[in-house]
Amino acid sequence: MAIHEVRAMLPGVFYRKPAPSDPNYKEEGDAVSKGDVIGLIEVMKSFHEVISDADGTIRAFKVENEDAIMPGQVLAEIEG
Amino acid sequence: MSLSKILIANRGEIAVRIIRAAKELGLKTVQVYSSADETSLAVQMADEAVEIGPPAAKKSYLDIDAVLKAARETGADAIHPGYGFLAENAEFADAVAAAGITFVGPSGDVIRRMGDKASARQAATEAGVPTVPGSQGVIDDLNEACRLAENIGFPVMIKATAGGGGRGIRIANSAGEFMALAPQASSEAEAAFGDGGLYLEKVIERARHIEVQILGDGENFIHCYERECSLQRRRQKVWEEAPSAALSSDVRERLCASAVALAAAVRYKGAGTIEYLYDDASGDYYFIEMNTRIQVEHPVTESITGIDLLAEMIAVAGGQPLSVRQEDVTYRGHAIEVRINAEDPAANFMPFPGVVGDLRIPGGPGVRFDHMLYQGYQIPPFYDSLLGKLIVSADSREKAIIRLKRAICELGLDGLKTTAPLFKALAEAPDVLSGDVHTKWLEPWLEANSDKLSSQ
Repeated sequence: MAIHEVRAMLPGVFYRKPAPSDPNYKEEGDAVSKGDVIGLIEVMKSFHEVISDADGTIRAFKVENEDAIMPGQVLAEIEG
Repeated sequence: MSLSKILIANRGEIAVRIIRAAKELGLKTVQVYSSADETSLAVQMADEAVEIGPPAAKKSYLDIDAVLKAARETGADAIHPGYGFLAENAEFADAVAAAGITFVGPSGDVIRRMGDKASARQAATEAGVPTVPGSQGVIDDLNEACRLAENIGFPVMIKATAGGGGRGIRIANSAGEFMALAPQASSEAEAAFGDGGLYLEKVIERARHIEVQILGDGENFIHCYERECSLQRRRQKVWEEAPSAALSSDVRERLCASAVALAAAVRYKGAGTIEYLYDDASGDYYFIEMNTRIQVEHPVTESITGIDLLAEMIAVAGGQPLSVRQEDVTYRGHAIEVRINAEDPAANFMPFPGVVGDLRIPGGPGVRFDHMLYQGYQIPPFYDSLLGKLIVSADSREKAIIRLKRAICELGLDGLKTTAPLFKALAEAPDVLSGDVHTKWLEPWLEANSDKLSSQ
């Protein structure tokens, strides 16, 4: 099983859900397909979707909801 | 009451501007900052700096208790809120006053009254300031409302009283459409907000955004003429100028007098802005809202009137009367401000935080650059994208645009993508040169001129 890392393209704040009152996009253990939204990055008050670039299962999120992140930082691992 | 130490409850270029004004008034300065802003220019310039929390604004710049704690610990006797963050938060203004500290701005009650759309509209009406024609409060009877819409003239906007974020808004172009759309808007509002109440407002098709700068000390109320901010993208102003080239002197005098009447009606204390829509076709103007704070674009007013708005704000908060009387306020020439944001205009204005490389600041006659930059500064990604404001002034609008182009070419800002190329292109756009613009002008222009927006 290969492990694929989803990395941040932008600096900012990582969110696992579309809005504070909504459920998470994905939980650890959930199946994902290429193109699925797994989180949001807020940079300078604008929001950008984090898209899975692999098919598989989410093994782990490597950052917490609302954590500050830097470009290139690993956000999640996908087992495919 | 004389102030001695001012705390700046803000960040970025406006914090730098407030520190400069405070120092010129002989005040000590305290800059509060989030952990992401430790290296900021404002922190370096202030006499003292206090960390108040982590990067997220709600845990730092919006944390009222943290700001007040910093004020108490440093012995600050005044707090300047800048714009955004807590600037128009009535509870904050109340809490500052309750702590025995001077809030640089109006009272919590005035902020509350002018911050609520309905009560601000009512205050404007009572002061004789025209508001956008529409229904008096909530629509009770659909047929009666339709007759009112016919009197106002189509198109009309059907809005939810509990609305927000564009939800529950419909535009009806005819009586038939009105009768079909109003029930839809009501049920959408009912579902979204639990309140199906609707009201009507005339649609002003081609409007300019014109706003009047006012100052008050609670006894005296003056205007410092108007600014025009019609060039907007996603309802964000990008280019502001003073005076507006669209107003006749007769309209200008009436518009500014109406703003003073409203300021006097609420016994305003501090600097404020009264915003209007101006209809070129009819020459009518309509109150939209009041901002009870200093605005981003205040330097264009300072440039044409010579009044230091920040200094007046702070002096008035300290109990002094305004230093100028209305008859002493005159304007000269023309000023333009453009917002240098860390956004890539060639990539749909994608934010572009990064590290400031080689930095060349424009200068020479009639050029002012209010900013938060220095070489090697890492722009934090957590706040808005405004890096600075380039302000030019000259004898005429035509010369100011030429000067703007010259100054933009002098600006060197390596390591970041900025909105500077947009302003170079706008300074050559025929409609901008002739002043033939309105609030819906910029977005289609951007679509049609995307090839002109790259930095190469």
